[in-house]
Amino acid sequence: MARMSMIEALRDAMDVMLDRDPKVLIFGEDVGYFGGVFRCTAGLQKKYGEERVFDTPINESAIVGMAVGMAAQGMRPCVEVQFADYVFPAYDQITQEAARIRHRSNQMFSCPLVVRMPTGGGIFGGQTHSQSPESLFTHVAGLKVVLPSTPYDAKGLLIAAIEDPDPVIFLEPKRIYNGPFYGNHTGKSVTWASHPGGEVPEGHYSIPIGKADIRREGTAVTVLAYGTMVYVADAAVEQTGIDAEIIDLRSLLPLDVDTIRASVEKTGRCLVVHEATRTSGLGAELIAEVQESCFWHLHAPILRVTGWDAPYPHAAEWDYFPSPARITRALHQVMEA
Amino acid sequence: MTETPKLTFPHPPARPDQSPDFSAIEVPEAGILDVPPLDLTSIDARPYANGMVRVLNDAGEAVGPWADYIADIDAEALLQGLRDMMTMRVIDQRLLNAQRQGKTSFYLQCTGEEAIGCGFQRQLSKGDMNFPTYRQQSLLIAAGYPLEVLMGQVYSNQLDPLEGRQLPVLHSSRDYGYFSISGNLGTQYIQAVGWAMANALSGDGTIAAAWIGDGATASNDFHSALLCASVYQPPVILNIVNNQWAISTYTGVASGMARTYAARARGYGVPALRVDGNDYLAVAAVSRWAVARTRAGHGPVAIEWFTYRVAAHSTSDDPSAYRPKDEALAWPLGDPITRLKDHLVLTGQWSEERHTQAEAQIRDEIIALQRKVEAEGTFVNPKPISPATIFKGVYAEMPPHLRRQRQEMGY
Repeated sequence: MARMSMIEALRDAMDVMLDRDPKVLIFGEDVGYFGGVFRCTAGLQKKYGEERVFDTPINESAIVGMAVGMAAQGMRPCVEVQFADYVFPAYDQITQEAARIRHRSNQMFSCPLVVRMPTGGGIFGGQTHSQSPESLFTHVAGLKVVLPSTPYDAKGLLIAAIEDPDPVIFLEPKRIYNGPFYGNHTGKSVTWASHPGGEVPEGHYSIPIGKADIRREGTAVTVLAYGTMVYVADAAVEQTGIDAEIIDLRSLLPLDVDTIRASVEKTGRCLVVHEATRTSGLGAELIAEVQESCFWHLHAPILRVTGWDAPYPHAAEWDYFPSPARITRALHQVMEA
Repeated sequence: MTETPKLTFPHPPARPDQSPDFSAIEVPEAGILDVPPLDLTSIDARPYANGMVRVLNDAGEAVGPWADYIADIDAEALLQGLRDMMTMRVIDQRLLNAQRQGKTSFYLQCTGEEAIGCGFQRQLSKGDMNFPTYRQQSLLIAAGYPLEVLMGQVYSNQLDPLEGRQLPVLHSSRDYGYFSISGNLGTQYIQAVGWAMANALSGDGTIAAAWIGDGATASNDFHSALLCASVYQPPVILNIVNNQWAISTYTGVASGMARTYAARARGYGVPALRVDGNDYLAVAAVSRWAVARTRAGHGPVAIEWFTYRVAAHSTSDDPSAYRPKDEALAWPLGDPITRLKDHLVLTGQWSEERHTQAEAQIRDEIIALQRKVEAEGTFVNPKPISPATIFKGVYAEMPPHLRRQRQEMGY
């Protein structure tokens, strides 16, 4: 075991896979010589050479389009989009090409690629360094969508994503790159060194895509969250003293419906928390699933705490970012209903 | 004196109520351009990108250095090229007819553009991969793709290797070097660059060929592909089929004030040639040169194939609404089949009589094959494919939510 930040864990995952599989390639803007604007690929080009780890022109459609061609040929590209907010030029290549090549060619061609992108707010990133576009990918048949919340999960899931035979959108909550964040922006920042999720095995291991993790067992209410919101929800639960069960979804597509259903059947109540905007966000899908499969077990309407339906603001960051206070209110509301 | 800025809106030379007019198109004499060295740079490519490689002159003679370059291509190979093009045209006619009879939902012809795919494919080797658009079925014909499979795909019937997933003509064949076609324009252009980069990394000696139409050069992936090809120098041939029309839109709307698309490629540092796309010998010669260059590691090359879209854009299109009815007859570069035929007749390798016989024979063979293919199902007489295949291959392994949906459907 080693102590790692999420950045180090992600880098370690790529290191392990570059070493194990000569078909694994890493590229994107600034990921080569410089090692990435978040240091996630630092040292990899030096270790594996420019043919395995390289810099690209600033063109997301080109980055993913090249990767699609490489993946179809048999390579295993793991590419980076510098911020999830900048993935949109590549949306055509991801949703119309990568996601569909296996199906439309009746399995003659496939697309085993990973698109990594830092996501989420809480860092004064403003409109184009804070977005959470996951539901724009979970709506696309043929994609898998993953979002880890600990260094341990980040490494295991990224290795699983690189080994996966299908395209995986790998969202990295940059707010928790260096340590967990419980929603109190005035408090002292903490590092992964003191969190059990920062303990990361050396070498190869993987975490299955499609499996959620119960992060806190409880009997009163099920909280569905992922990424940074796992910690913010945890802080809110501690404040209320409500015996909530917190599920870290980890895989947003496919969803671990069995784990969700078993929990809500036990608790009879459900709260969904995500940073992304509310309308047509992933929360809507989660609520629909729970409603369909757990209707007769529910004691209260399913609520959600999300980002507001507005572009992510700069100055009003903490009025936008779902706070422990908002989650606390929602927890009481669900329990009182 | 100052002038007020004014916008320009490019217009085709003639509209439906006017006579065809191609007077603005310069057709350089055949045989005047040299064969450049394989390591041609974009700077030195200027005359090739602004001029036009032509081998067959108006008399039907093969002339100039490019004719010499392929002098070893024998009569049998040229007759094969002629048969490839004739087969392509008959298939287009028969499947257009089938669409009019409601036997398939949709069809797309490549009439007038047969030489490009047929001539190019014969210069590729096993393992090379095309990234075609929907108007390069001719590549499959020249690759020897089984015609019953090609037609089966158009009927979405029991012979369709894609099991009815794709619109007619959006073929896919790994074995015949034909990448899965997407309905989204331009996307395959940058994918070909990525594939070729993987070719170079694996050192297997194969190359990739990207295809795009003149209209789709406006898409961002055209820029992406030329830029990345220039940056990484992978073994890729970037083909631009300039057939003057993008559905109803005149090519000037895609090109702006630029005279050639080949010149645009040069701006990225990619050497480029402009070629008479209706001259089978010019297609064969430039394809051979480009393949040799690319395989030898001299980096990417772009080729603008100058041609004319004779047929409607698709079976859902009526060109009489936007261009003169007989515009194709006025096209200065003529018809690729007629031109190769005339050359072979002139050189004593073929005759009008044998040509007429061959035409009838190909037609009979295709009609007989078409009957067999239609027996496996058409839109008016379907042999249904199991709806459960909808869920097959969305992922390598079927996730639980798809299994539940398949069960919900009753399978």
